[in-house]
Amino acid sequence: MEVLKIATAGSVDDGKSTLIGRLLYDTKSLTDDKLEAIEKTSKLKGYDYLDFSLATDGLVAEREQGITIDVAHIYFSTASKSYIIADTPGHVEYTRNMVTGASTSQAAIILIDARKGVIEQTNRHFFINNLLRVKDVVVAINKMDLVDFSEERYNEIKSDFEQLMQKRDYEDQKITFIPVSALKGDNVVNHSENTPWYDGQTLLEHLEELDLQDIYNIGTPRFPVQYVIRPKTDDFHDFRGFAGKVYGGELSVGDEVVILPSMTKSRIKGIYFYDKKYKTAPRRSSVTITLEDEVNVSRGDMLAKVGDLPTIDKQFTATVSWMDSEKLTAGGKYIVQHGINKVLAKVDSIEHKILPDYSGIEEGVTALGMNDIARVKFRLNRPIFYDAFKAHRTNGSFILLDTRTNNTAGVGFIN
Amino acid sequence: METILEEIQSTGTFKSGDRPNANALEHEAIYIMREVAAQFERPVLLFSGGKDSITLVRLAQKAFWPAKIPFPLMHIDTGHNFPETIEFRDKLVKELGVELIVRNVQDSIDQGKVVEETGKYASRNILQTTTLLDAIEEFKFDACIGGARRDEEKARAKERIFSVRDDFGQWDEKNQRPELFDMLNGQIEMGQNVRVFPISNWTELDVWSYIQKENIEIPSIYFAHKRNTFLRDGLIWSAEDDVVFRAEDETVEERMVRFRTVGDMSCTAAVESYADTIDKVVSEIRDSKISERGARIDDKRSEAAMEKRKQQGYF
Repeated sequence: MEVLKIATAGSVDDGKSTLIGRLLYDTKSLTDDKLEAIEKTSKLKGYDYLDFSLATDGLVAEREQGITIDVAHIYFSTASKSYIIADTPGHVEYTRNMVTGASTSQAAIILIDARKGVIEQTNRHFFINNLLRVKDVVVAINKMDLVDFSEERYNEIKSDFEQLMQKRDYEDQKITFIPVSALKGDNVVNHSENTPWYDGQTLLEHLEELDLQDIYNIGTPRFPVQYVIRPKTDDFHDFRGFAGKVYGGELSVGDEVVILPSMTKSRIKGIYFYDKKYKTAPRRSSVTITLEDEVNVSRGDMLAKVGDLPTIDKQFTATVSWMDSEKLTAGGKYIVQHGINKVLAKVDSIEHKILPDYSGIEEGVTALGMNDIARVKFRLNRPIFYDAFKAHRTNGSFILLDTRTNNTAGVGFIN
Repeated sequence: METILEEIQSTGTFKSGDRPNANALEHEAIYIMREVAAQFERPVLLFSGGKDSITLVRLAQKAFWPAKIPFPLMHIDTGHNFPETIEFRDKLVKELGVELIVRNVQDSIDQGKVVEETGKYASRNILQTTTLLDAIEEFKFDACIGGARRDEEKARAKERIFSVRDDFGQWDEKNQRPELFDMLNGQIEMGQNVRVFPISNWTELDVWSYIQKENIEIPSIYFAHKRNTFLRDGLIWSAEDDVVFRAEDETVEERMVRFRTVGDMSCTAAVESYADTIDKVVSEIRDSKISERGARIDDKRSEAAMEKRKQQGYF
């Protein structure tokens, strides 16, 4: 079974939770007891429709206020795919949650209220999905029932959005428009009779047809060593295996590799997954690799193919999305966690803030607050082995840890 | 030697090489297991004898093979476990050659730290939180691996993979660390600990399909068997042990049943079923109209039952 992770984006009241609830309902993913609970609560609240948001808003405070506070993950499956939807809230910590949801997703759904059209928030939703290089974006123009399923209104919103698309940085992103009513169920799972002018796919049809082979960004193979396996048993007396996950491309037995940072060369001798040996470790597989030579490898080192090395440097510039209530300041010290590798870092300078609604940049900034996005220059206390985020989504990203609170305070995309 | 590609193609998962799929969940979980072993000094795997923790054990085996699992297992024994589960636990631990730590809720009761519930719905489910937190302190565990899944329950849907607990074992659900890409931040202060959920993204069906594909042994109560039972609140309860309260007017009848989750006998209801093999169980789950925790009375106490227990340190 294939797994597709999807991020959702929309402002408060655009109907995200309702859309997800509708997907669950129409794919018959809600079990009887859950449906009963929703019916009961909807009735108690005096609604004359089923409030599907009750299926996804898991915290007491969320149900009290009728809003989604934290990212929730919702699961459903069809005959061909398993879906994981990150339901991201649309208010105060919006950018932070949206970036988080998009970082693990291969597809995104941006919701637009057909009555309101493209608003400032829409720019942000699109900006973030483009910044995070989410490959497939669906623009769901929702609440079509409230604009009489007007084709004209739909086209108007579509053309406004297309104008926005001209400003994007990541041009290979695939964008699809669908007119829906999440509340009434039009074009979510089933084709609507109310939109005879729309001959495209329903939302679910679109998701079902996404080719997961194509949706992961392909780069060069990178193998960060997570853990050294030394069983020291009679059967495996000399076994020294390097455990890790393969990113970007695949690695095979016989491949000539360089160990970073020592720059020692060796060859892949064996690839193990549990108690079996294999010739090739595909992208995103968690394997254990042995090498031909007795070389010194420890956690945080990286294997890369000869002739295909990442940049090895102690400084870089990155686009940072700040997520903490404590401000990021020029001169501030943080821990950069790049994959599994942790190094001390100093903010050299904040080059400029990037306004996440495509309205430009702001210069002369000395600090970043929660939800700010900026181009920041870092200096590290020792080199890391990175690629540009554009070329490698995994090896081009890092998180920033606050040295006092240990919190994950921000995320960076290396330029 | 064959390639992973070939093997995966022949088993029907991972089509044409690179595609992430159900197997992607396994690779993700193994990655998480390795991060735990590398980032923490004293990790422990919380083992209940249920299918989710049995799955965790297999994933841990895979993550570190050919070495042994580099952390102990711990069972918080409520004293209300199904005897089949305890038997199974001891056998598994022996095969693995890993250390098993058992801490008993009965001891916490005897020490006067918690008071046994009484009445029709009396359960030791909540009491085990105290025993668990005491054990974490006793052994100075800094990471506890658990088998909770986000699809089980809506408060669990908000849970992180690395979820930080303060010195009191409390979960601050409104102030959680964001988790980006594959990066797991396990940096903590002395006294804090992290709850780790490697199968966060698995559904109940994913777990059952995995058990089927991997041919993993599980306790017999997961399969259909004849049992003396009685009905209450539309749920089927075991009448074969004293710890399950039964009123005199609740009549005992033999039914063909199995258990979908293996919590305490006192809070886990059975479902009528003829699924006596793993293949039949998988197809039953696929067609099921009732959620897994629908038969757990501990969740039904209130809409926020799980969230409240989690804040206090429950899994």
